[in-house]
Amino acid sequence: MSESVLFYLFSFLAVLAGLSVVMQRSPIASALSLVVCFFALAADYALLDAHFVAVVQVLVYAGAIMVLFIFVIMLLNIREPGPTPFGLISRRGLLGIGVAALLGVGLIAGLDGLVHRPAPELPEGYGTIHNIGEQLFSDRYLLPFEAVSLLLTVGMIGAVVLAKREV
Amino acid sequence: MEAVGLSPVLAVSAVLFALGVVGVLTRKNALIVFMSVELMLNAVNLAFVGFSRENGTVDGHVFAVFVMAVAAAEAAVGLALVILLFRNRVTVVLDDLDRMSG
Repeated sequence: MSESVLFYLFSFLAVLAGLSVVMQRSPIASALSLVVCFFALAADYALLDAHFVAVVQVLVYAGAIMVLFIFVIMLLNIREPGPTPFGLISRRGLLGIGVAALLGVGLIAGLDGLVHRPAPELPEGYGTIHNIGEQLFSDRYLLPFEAVSLLLTVGMIGAVVLAKREV
Repeated sequence: MEAVGLSPVLAVSAVLFALGVVGVLTRKNALIVFMSVELMLNAVNLAFVGFSRENGTVDGHVFAVFVMAVAAAEAAVGLALVILLFRNRVTVVLDDLDRMSG
């Protein structure tokens, strides 16, 4: 099977799972759909030669972040919402779908202006840990990298302080 | 091996982003709104990776990794806020949180 057939297959799966995230009645079903979507996107990244990003997607998104989500959903033990859980047919629902459809159509219509050019020859080892690590620790991205580490520390402390019963 | 062009990648990215917008605008459950935001962030990551490959550089991958780190921090703080909210108001329905509206 060629790469593009696989890409379309996984993209279709990702869009289907994304639709399911938005339409599901219960949060836990939404979360599990989101995991499927993340795995499909990881496959897409791998097909686009982004091997490191694909692995990080599975480890960080499908692993860490979604486990956090599912923990919180189960911790709160939220009862099923009322008779119209979607709220899609309400005035706000129709408005939201309209705005999103406009945005999506606009974004896709903008693709017409793309200049198609032949894909460049990718260098040896493109998208591997070695390649990305060299970029990440070069002068270009070193400061943002350190800033992200600070941000993660602040986020972690903030989450603990917020969720603690008494500070 | 037939490689994937840029247009299909961006089209998938646009569709996923629009789905995330639908979720944020229409759902009432705070947790599902958060998940929709994650969906939008992933759509942007896909566009980054697609453009990166088109240019033959790896900068887009670096950006995607940064986006994931920021998303992790956002999810941690956001979910802590949801827990705090549930403890104080026993609800995660965003429509019920109208105390600050005039």
